[in-house]
Amino acid sequence: MVERRRYWRAFAYQALAIAAIVAALAYLAHNTAQNLQSRGIPSGFDFLLQAAGFDIGDSLVSFSAGEPYWQALLAGLANTLRVAGPAIVLTTLLGTALGLGRLSSNALLAGLCGAYVEVFRNIPLLLQLLAWYFVLTDLLPPFDEAWRLGGAATLSKSGLSLFGASLTPEFLAVLFGLVCYSAAYMAEIVRAGFGAVPRSQTEAAAALGMAGRDIQLQVVLPQALRLIMPAAANQFLSLTKNSSLAIAVGYPDLVSVANTALNQTGRALECVSLIMGVYLALSLATAIAMRVIERRLAWP
Amino acid sequence: MAIGATTTLRARLFGSPGNASLSLLIVALLLWGLTHGLDWAVLSAQFRPDAEACRALDHAGACWGVIAEKHSQILFGRYPQQEMWRPALATALLLALLGQSFLRPRAGLVWAWAVVAAVVLLLLGGGAFGLAAVGAERWGGLPLTLLLSLAGIAGALPLGVLLALGRRSALPAISVPCGAYIELVRGVPLVSLLFLASFLLPLFLPQGLTMGVLGRVLIGLILFAAAYLAEVVRGGLQAVPEAQRLQAAALGLGYWQTQRWVILPQALRLALPALMNSFISTIKETSVVTVVSLYELTGALTLALAGDPDWRPFFLEGYLFIAAIYWLICFALSRLSLRFEHRRARP
Repeated sequence: MVERRRYWRAFAYQALAIAAIVAALAYLAHNTAQNLQSRGIPSGFDFLLQAAGFDIGDSLVSFSAGEPYWQALLAGLANTLRVAGPAIVLTTLLGTALGLGRLSSNALLAGLCGAYVEVFRNIPLLLQLLAWYFVLTDLLPPFDEAWRLGGAATLSKSGLSLFGASLTPEFLAVLFGLVCYSAAYMAEIVRAGFGAVPRSQTEAAAALGMAGRDIQLQVVLPQALRLIMPAAANQFLSLTKNSSLAIAVGYPDLVSVANTALNQTGRALECVSLIMGVYLALSLATAIAMRVIERRLAWP
Repeated sequence: MAIGATTTLRARLFGSPGNASLSLLIVALLLWGLTHGLDWAVLSAQFRPDAEACRALDHAGACWGVIAEKHSQILFGRYPQQEMWRPALATALLLALLGQSFLRPRAGLVWAWAVVAAVVLLLLGGGAFGLAAVGAERWGGLPLTLLLSLAGIAGALPLGVLLALGRRSALPAISVPCGAYIELVRGVPLVSLLFLASFLLPLFLPQGLTMGVLGRVLIGLILFAAAYLAEVVRGGLQAVPEAQRLQAAALGLGYWQTQRWVILPQALRLALPALMNSFISTIKETSVVTVVSLYELTGALTLALAGDPDWRPFFLEGYLFIAAIYWLICFALSRLSLRFEHRRARP
């Protein structure tokens, strides 16, 4: 009897919840349709096939004004990945160095790395991006008086040129900002990962007669890595999401291109859903990749 | 083994030849960096609001004159010049209560917050007690940063608690939508939610109803923060032993009674340090609202300097100034929350 009543109550609650969600969505859809109609805003994704009418100078695949919006958005996505990829690699390197530095037996090095972490993670990323951009575009020498860094690289207001390839100040500002900020978090992840491996593990390995190098590589590292990997994957995801702040310095990433498209066509609903959809797909892909890697790393 | 602190420190700096040379290298680098930094920031710096003298320095020294000249616009945005004491007092009140809340969090502070919130809104908005009315579109700078973070968290916490409870529900028609919302929001950047708030919210509202940009941005922040808070609260909920729920059920308490009086008080207390961290993140995240044209601290700086050719070259000093403000607030709050955590961990 009680079971039965509980069953029906669960059924009623769930029916009510579904009805409430459907009603709320229908209400929003109704309002949106009415507003679009009364303001004469066209809707639909057909605009993706129209000519975009703006150039994207800084991209992997050249994009010019006559080409359609979908190609512009694709170039934007390519730009997001082009800055996030190197940023992830550099964040990992700098973050690992800082994290291990904090665990160093040298008190000065540990303190210095700790100070870096406390300074960079307590200042908003956007502010760091803007500051980098200002330094790169206003305080560097003009192109004619570029700084020469070795034989192959020059650095000036027009950006960094490296073996003939050139990187714009917008790209560099986003890259430096993302790396400096995320490395502070990465350092904490690495420190926590290595710190969580019990000291007794090192001592036991030493008692077995293992050499210091082997202890680190075969005993400590595998255990630390299993703690570090999931947290690092999260950090890489939030780095990729944070790359959307590129809009503040005018680097044409996905969000920035979609924002231009939104302002030109007025298709707010379509452009915002596109941004969200692409980022969700990226998050999902990373989550799946991480699960595969974690399964590979698991003990047999 | 009693080793004196100096002996330990000496071992940690000069224990081995490698360690000793590393220490010397770092000391040399620090000396070089500090002398150059000190020279730029203090010895060669210009402190008077004299644009001519600042330009003459040619960036060989800092031009803090830009702060002397523009500080009220940087700190308080476009707030009317002669009323600057109002946002200043509001900021002081908010910071004082914030510090108190992180140092000694307790339920009674809710009333203090209610009073301070009313006073702050009265100070900023005016229109009573002889204070001239100031429209929300002229609010800006540091008080707006604090207001957005506080209102954002205050709005997001109840929503986050409901989402966390919903996600743990045994009923799939409730747990699936809650889980989907949380993962969806956590999967997209804050900027996209601010776009949603700024471009789509006006379309979602029924015809004839409009909302100012401040309200819309606040809704965007709340929708964003709620998803993250939900996960923090869920962590707290998971840490409450199952026996607590069973005992409450044995006493004959219903679902809401159990959550309200048994589970949530324990879960929220457990989640408090993580909630404090979320708040600190939110303070930093509010800087992003400048993308949709709301002039909190970061936006107010751009507003103050970008259009002024005399002072525009000294943006870096401006950035350092507000970075120091953000840093002081975030670092102080994180230290206070650590102290609170340690104090509580002691038996």
